[in-house]
Amino acid sequence: MSDAATHTPTPARTPPITLVGPIGWVRTNLFSGWVSSLVSLLLLFLVVKWVLGFLDWGVFNAIWSVPNDAAGRPDTSSCRALAGTGACWAVIGEKHRFILFGTYPYEEQWRALLAILVFIALFIVSAMRRFWRKELALIWIGALTLIGVLMWGGLLGLAYVPQERWGGLVITLILATFGLAFAFPLSILVALGRRSKLPAIKALCVLYVELVRGVPLISVLFMASVMFPLFLPEGMNIDKLLRAQIAIILFAGAYLAEVVRGGLQTLPRGQYEAADALGLSYWKKTGFIILPQALRLVIPPLVNTFIGFFKDTSLVLIIGIFDLLTAGKTAIIEPAWQGFGIEVYLTVGFIYFCFCFAMSSYSQRLEAELNQSRGR
Amino acid sequence: MLGFGPMVRRALGAALLLATTALPAAAQQAPVDTLAAIRARGTLVCGVNTGLAGFAQPDSQGVWRGFDIDYCRSVAAAIFGDASKVRYVPTTAQSRFTALQSGEVDVLFRNTTWTLSRDTSLGLDFPAVNFYDGQGFMVKKSLGVTSATQLNGATICVQPGTTTEQNLTDWARASNIRFTPVVIERLEEVVAAYVAGRCDAYTTDASGLAATRSAQPTPADHVILPEVISKEPLGPAVRQGDARFADIVRWSHFALLVAEEMGITAANADAALASDARPEAQRLLGKSGDLGKMLGLDNAFALHIIKAVGNYGEVFARHLAPIGLQRARSPNALYLHGGLQYAPPFR
Repeated sequence: MSDAATHTPTPARTPPITLVGPIGWVRTNLFSGWVSSLVSLLLLFLVVKWVLGFLDWGVFNAIWSVPNDAAGRPDTSSCRALAGTGACWAVIGEKHRFILFGTYPYEEQWRALLAILVFIALFIVSAMRRFWRKELALIWIGALTLIGVLMWGGLLGLAYVPQERWGGLVITLILATFGLAFAFPLSILVALGRRSKLPAIKALCVLYVELVRGVPLISVLFMASVMFPLFLPEGMNIDKLLRAQIAIILFAGAYLAEVVRGGLQTLPRGQYEAADALGLSYWKKTGFIILPQALRLVIPPLVNTFIGFFKDTSLVLIIGIFDLLTAGKTAIIEPAWQGFGIEVYLTVGFIYFCFCFAMSSYSQRLEAELNQSRGR
Repeated sequence: MLGFGPMVRRALGAALLLATTALPAAAQQAPVDTLAAIRARGTLVCGVNTGLAGFAQPDSQGVWRGFDIDYCRSVAAAIFGDASKVRYVPTTAQSRFTALQSGEVDVLFRNTTWTLSRDTSLGLDFPAVNFYDGQGFMVKKSLGVTSATQLNGATICVQPGTTTEQNLTDWARASNIRFTPVVIERLEEVVAAYVAGRCDAYTTDASGLAATRSAQPTPADHVILPEVISKEPLGPAVRQGDARFADIVRWSHFALLVAEEMGITAANADAALASDARPEAQRLLGKSGDLGKMLGLDNAFALHIIKAVGNYGEVFARHLAPIGLQRARSPNALYLHGGLQYAPPFR
C-alpha cells in the first residue's frame, strides 16, 4: 500500500472534568439549583454529624471490656460512669455466647455453633443454581439430620441435650428454616386446592386460609402454648418448641398460599389450554407448565413473606422460648448489666439484618436471572 | 357475617359448651402420683420465670441461677439426693398455670402470688410462702420525701396491666392522695422515665424496686419508702389433688427454715450430722426418727437439701441480698427476729 497521507483522526477531546465523572454526577444530581444545593448541604451536615456522633459513641468513647470485682463478678462501674456518652461493648463480650446459644450447656455450645454453620452452608448450597437437582432434597434431609444429631446428641458420644435448653440464634434458624421449608410445599398445595374445581377441597382450603389469616400469629402461638395442652390426654405432652413450630408452619402456609395463588392467577389462560391440548395430566401440567412460571413471577412477594416470617419467629418470646431476641433481652436482666440494652439490641438487630439482607439481595439476583425474558 | 341455620348454631353452641366445660375438668383431674412420675422420669420439671433478677435468670454461661432456682434444686435434692436433677421450663405470666395444669411442669417456682382465686378455681395448691413481697415506692433522695403519705400531688411512674396499677389507685383513694400517673409499658422505659425525672416516684413490687435501685450508678441517691401498699406472698404452686407432693414441696421449704433456726449451714451440715446432740437437729438431718419416710422420701432428705443449697438465710444472701433486698426487719426474717418465716416443728 502507498504511504500516501493516511488520515489519522485526532482523538476526541475529553469533556470538561466538571461535566463527567464523580464531579459531574455531583453537580447534576446534588447541586443543580440553589434549593437542591441547600438541601444537599443540610443533609450532608446531618449525616456527617450523626456518623461522627455514632463513631464517638460506638468506637472512640466505647468500653470494650471490664475488670472483674473481688467476688469474680464483672464490675460495670466504668461503663456506668460513661452515662451514655459511649457504648459498653463489654456486655456483648460477656453475654455473646448466651445471646447466640441461650441456655445450651456451656461446654457443649460448639455443637450449637456447628449447627448454625451447617444451616448457613445449607442456605448457600440451596442458593446455587447448579445444585438445583433432585439431590438437593437429599442434602436437606442429610443436613437437617446432622443438625438434629448435633443439637440433641445422645449418640456418637454426644451428651443428650433436651429441647428446653436450646436457645439463641439456633432457635431462630430452626423455627424459620423448618417453618418455611414445610410451609412452602403446604402453601403450593393449598393454593392449587383453592383453585380446584372439586368443591370439598376448595372449601377446605378457603376455610384454612381465611381462618389463619383472620387471627394474629401471636394468638396462634398463644393457643398452641396455653390452650392446646389442656385438651391433650393426661400425661401426654407435646414439646413447647414443636408446638410453636407447627403453629408457625400452619401460619406461614396460609400466607404463602395466597402469594402462590397470586402467581397462578397471573398466568394467561392460554398456558393452561395449551397444556391441556398437549394431553398432559393435571399434575404434569402443574409441575411442568404452570408452577415454574407462576413461582418465578412471585419471587418478590415470596421473599417478602420469608423475611417477614424470619423476624416473626421472635414472637415465641411470649411462650417462653429463648430465641435470638429473647436471649438478648434476658442477657440484660442481670443487675450488673441492666441499662446496656442499646448495645445488645444493636447487635441482635445486626444479626437479623445480615440474614434478611442476604435473602433480599439474593432474591433480586435470582429474579433478574429467571425473568430475563420479561426484562423491561 | 355468615348466616348460620338453627341446626348449625345449635351444633356450634354445643361444641363451645363442650370446650368450656372441658377446661376445668382438665384442671381437676383424678389424683395422680406426681412423685412416682418424677421418680420414673428421673428429673424434676420446674416451671420458672423467663428472667427476673435475683429470682430466676440464666447467667452468662446459660446456667439458671436465683432464689427460685435454688428452691427447684432443693426439691430435687429432697427427692433424688441430687440437686442437679432438674429441668427448668421458662414460663411467661400467661402460660405458667397451663404449664402446671397440663402436667408440662411438676411444680411452679415462679414468683407467683398466692390468692384465693388461684388457690380454688385454677385448681392449684400453694404449699408455702417462700418470699413476702409487696408493692412499694422509690423516690430520689434529693426530694427529701421520707414517707409515702407525703406523695400528695406527685407524679408516679407505673407499668400498666398488672395489679400494680390497681393497687396504686386503691391505695391513693383510701389514703386521700391525689397523684398523676405516668403509665409506661416496658420496664427499661419506665425506669428511664423515673431516672430522667419525668415522675417523682416509681412504684412496683419491693423486690423489683430493690433490683432497679441497685442497678443505678449511685444507689444511695434513691430511697425506697417504708410503706408497703399490697400483700404479695410469693410461693411455689403445685396441682391440686396430690397432697403427698404438696407436702414434699412444703417441707422442703420448712427444712430450709429450720436449718437456719438451728444454725445448720451447707458447710457445717456433715459435722452437725456427726456431732449435733439436739434432738430436733438429729430428726431434721435424718439421724433419728423416720420423718423423711413419712413424706415418702429418704430419711436424710433435709441433709441433702442443706448440703446442696444451704439454709434459707444462705439462699437469701446468695441471690436476693446482691440485688439490694434487705432481710432484717422485713417479713422475710425468721420469726425469731420478728419476721414471718416460721416453720412447724420437725417431729
